[in-house]
Amino acid sequence: MKKEDVPQDGNNMHEGSFRQLFYATDNAGQYVPVTSVGWEPENVAMQQAWEEINERVQQARARVLAGEISPVAYYMEKTIMDLPLLASYVGKFQWQVKRHMKPAVFNKLSEGMLRKYAAAFKITLQELQNIK
Amino acid sequence: MDEVLEVMSDTQFHHAQTAHCESGVISNIFRHYGLEISEPMAFGIGAGIFFGHLPFVKVNGVPGTTYRVVPGAIFKRVSKRLGVKIESQTFSNPQKGMEALDRVLEQGRPVGLLSSVYYLPYFPPAYRFHFNAHNLVAYGKDGDNYLISDPIMEQVTEIDPKSLAEARFAKGFPAPKGKMYYPVEVPKEVSFAQPIRDGIKQACSDMLNIPLPMFGVKGMRFLAKRLKHYPEKVGDRKAVLYLGNIIRMQEEIGTGGAGFRFMYAAFLQEAAGILRRDELSELSAELTRIGDTWRTFAFNAGRVCKSRSANNVSYGELSEMLMQCAAEEEVLFRKLSKVKL
Repeated sequence: MKKEDVPQDGNNMHEGSFRQLFYATDNAGQYVPVTSVGWEPENVAMQQAWEEINERVQQARARVLAGEISPVAYYMEKTIMDLPLLASYVGKFQWQVKRHMKPAVFNKLSEGMLRKYAAAFKITLQELQNIK
Repeated sequence: MDEVLEVMSDTQFHHAQTAHCESGVISNIFRHYGLEISEPMAFGIGAGIFFGHLPFVKVNGVPGTTYRVVPGAIFKRVSKRLGVKIESQTFSNPQKGMEALDRVLEQGRPVGLLSSVYYLPYFPPAYRFHFNAHNLVAYGKDGDNYLISDPIMEQVTEIDPKSLAEARFAKGFPAPKGKMYYPVEVPKEVSFAQPIRDGIKQACSDMLNIPLPMFGVKGMRFLAKRLKHYPEKVGDRKAVLYLGNIIRMQEEIGTGGAGFRFMYAAFLQEAAGILRRDELSELSAELTRIGDTWRTFAFNAGRVCKSRSANNVSYGELSEMLMQCAAEEEVLFRKLSKVKL
């Protein structure tokens, strides 16, 4: 890649604050470091990954409001965790966390357990129990 | 740029932005002890270039693809090959891990830290996934806050102790466990010649000789064959996500463009000068062209993602392009392995 060809496809995801470094060749074919504000294909892939996450968050939110799942499932999506990761944060087995995603089980959780979830999601107990 | 330089002299740690975190930390920390090594040189001596496709290792349900060796390997290899003695520690307890860090910083030593980008407040928000293998340097404290030189950022920054502890002790795979590392003995005189030879030999072997279908040049063909059937195997929606992940691994921060191919080409160019081997310059130019082929692949894959087009033709074409990359890299690494160094 030539220096002049280093892509400068900015997009709002980087908020204009971040430039990454690329290696590209100058006119003599010598490699030089060049900064770039972004490249279209990466932007597309990144945006798409976030759209997928946001969609899952919205779906989870709707299901919590409908009483189908507990806020644990919603916040797991919101913090981009998966079951194994969340389980290791709260120090439980995956099947236990899965059970806590049932509203009936969630409502009976001890305050200590709720605090662990709140800490893992970096939210307050209130936020955990009443999703926005 | 002048402003940045001023900040550096204040803090007595010379921060230089690099493309990739691990090779960048090596370059920045070693320079602090008078061992000048460029990022591409560190990457090459550490035999960082690689390819692997692991369909059974899924991150958020998407199969993993990598263009580099496993995290930590570059650092280990470079230190060993250059004769730098490294002290490396992990901790089971965050408090102990933070105290140990403070003690080393008090001695005026910059410290390399493994961390999860999810908990780094200064990171661009769009990049804050649970990626646990990010490397950065802490080089001092300002009150309670830590002074941070993150190699992929343009400038140095600060981080509060709580966030740093969260980042260092993130859970998941691989758990960083507060890993910290710093040189304790750096040789005064270093010759790059033999380390370069060893690095090249290892890279050729990794790319050509691993007897498993997922790795090296074989891994590219493995991915190419699977990619062709994504739409019919996993459906259009997932196929697009799978494809998007391949692009991200190839182009995201740290790859130096085109999945490290340009960075390795820059290494070959530098190595050509040190070893006085023109063949390496020619191979560098050849790898630059291969990097451009990779970028064409990413560009086309990005278009397929964008249109979310369901036609198998485009996936077939992308598969062909990957096969092309594999063929070209196989030729390149075979030639490289035969250069008399």
